[in-house]
Amino acid sequence: MSVSQPYVSVRGMSFSRGDRLIYNNMDVDFPRGKVTAIMGPSGTGKTTLLRLIGGQLLPDSGSIMVDGHNVPDLSRKDLFDLRRKKMGMLFQTGALFTDLNVFDNVAFPLRVHTDLPESMIRDLVLMKLEAVGLRGARHLSPAELSGGMARRVALARSIAMDPEIIMYDEPFTGLDPISMGMIVKLIRGLNEALGLTSLLVSHDVEESCAIADYLCLLSDGRVIGFGTPEELMNEGNDEVRQFLRGEPDGPVPFHYPADDYRADILAGVN
Amino acid sequence: MLAKLMDKIQAVGRTGTSVIEAIGRGTLLLKNSLLWGGPGSAGFHDLLKQIYSVGVRSLIIIVVAGFFVGMVLGLQGYNILIDFGSEAALGTMVSLTLLRELGPVVTALLFAGRAGSALTAEIGLMKATEQLSAMEMMGVDPFKRVITPRLWAGIISMPILALLFSTVGIWGGAFVAVDMLGIDDGAYWGNMQASVEFYEDVVKGIIKSMAFGVVVTWIAVYQGYDSVPTSEGIGKATTQTVVISSLAVLGLDFVLTAVMLGGV
Repeated sequence: MSVSQPYVSVRGMSFSRGDRLIYNNMDVDFPRGKVTAIMGPSGTGKTTLLRLIGGQLLPDSGSIMVDGHNVPDLSRKDLFDLRRKKMGMLFQTGALFTDLNVFDNVAFPLRVHTDLPESMIRDLVLMKLEAVGLRGARHLSPAELSGGMARRVALARSIAMDPEIIMYDEPFTGLDPISMGMIVKLIRGLNEALGLTSLLVSHDVEESCAIADYLCLLSDGRVIGFGTPEELMNEGNDEVRQFLRGEPDGPVPFHYPADDYRADILAGVN
Repeated sequence: MLAKLMDKIQAVGRTGTSVIEAIGRGTLLLKNSLLWGGPGSAGFHDLLKQIYSVGVRSLIIIVVAGFFVGMVLGLQGYNILIDFGSEAALGTMVSLTLLRELGPVVTALLFAGRAGSALTAEIGLMKATEQLSAMEMMGVDPFKRVITPRLWAGIISMPILALLFSTVGIWGGAFVAVDMLGIDDGAYWGNMQASVEFYEDVVKGIIKSMAFGVVVTWIAVYQGYDSVPTSEGIGKATTQTVVISSLAVLGLDFVLTAVMLGGV
């Protein structure tokens, strides 16, 4: 694991939902200035990990350091300050405010957090919208946008305050190939242009391998593989390779645990 | 047998704990939203927008309902009072009924159906579409931005709507009594003026409707904020808003009336 100066560092973190243990004493580091794709089977808690890093959920134990701040220990005020100054998050649906148009959505964090004059806010918003290619769509309402456009507007909004880390929650889900290509290009491009640290939760092996510097594979509440896409493809254990190659059977069985097939069938006959 | 009994006792216990937890969460929400800076904390513009949405948009239903309720009061009151030859007291009866009871209570019930359910659905949908989470992740407190202006808008709008309801209702009563049934104009308005007291009747009615404003809007925003973020969950929360706030208004009305009259 070639990780220097991690931006996010998780140590001994456990988290459970009800009786179900999602993470058990997990350690993982996410390197600064890189795109790391967090992957794993459905229900592993990938999105939960993003919410834990963002402080929207509290772990049962352990530490989650984001640029030197232990998120679970922060007061409500400090947590909101940290999010405002350093974090951006792109939600799966875009999560645009439905009562505001595209321009006002992107302007929202600037208007709330800064005292900038309206003319400067206008310039900043247009710059962010230009970066995602939607400067011409500024007057549209969220209801008039396609799924891909909504996600691009949401991306413009999440970079409005120039964060240091952006967390993408399933950014490729439900997009047509063109929109997906745009989002892939934007994630990589923004990461380089703005020197961001990017965390990406996704199921799409191909897209994730194309843009991620590192892959982090989760299964059963622990990290089963961390490294560059090539490393994991070639050297990962069986479970990692099964996931990355999309094989239907392997360490993760095709069949849900059940009694012996023959005995089960015959039980009905008798 | 014993196991079944234990299961039932546990179920009762679980329901009790969840109700108490819900009350606790609701109280924290009320405290956090009301204490953080008052009506203008999220910007005066936001407050005005919400007053428009919950107050101004409820005007039509309140005015039309008020007029009909006043007309019915005029008609019913006339038929009762005429037997005693005291139909001249109709203005007094209509105005006191409206100002003390029907104005605040019916307005609150209509408000719960019209604005309360809309508030719950709106906030529930914001939660389901992750707008509230997005706000949190931007470092913006959803209590301050979303809950506070809506809560204050309800508290401010309710007494104004109740006063309008009563005013239009008194006109409705006059329309039936004076214009249709031929009661003397001077008797209707004069007796009303002589018997209605500003503090005892008008102000106490306003106090009631302010209390209803807090309760109905509080229940509505809490149900939205605490809803399960699915279409089924939002539907359930919306229904609960109307049911719980209607019952709360009627129950609270008895308590407030008892305290104000000092007779119980």
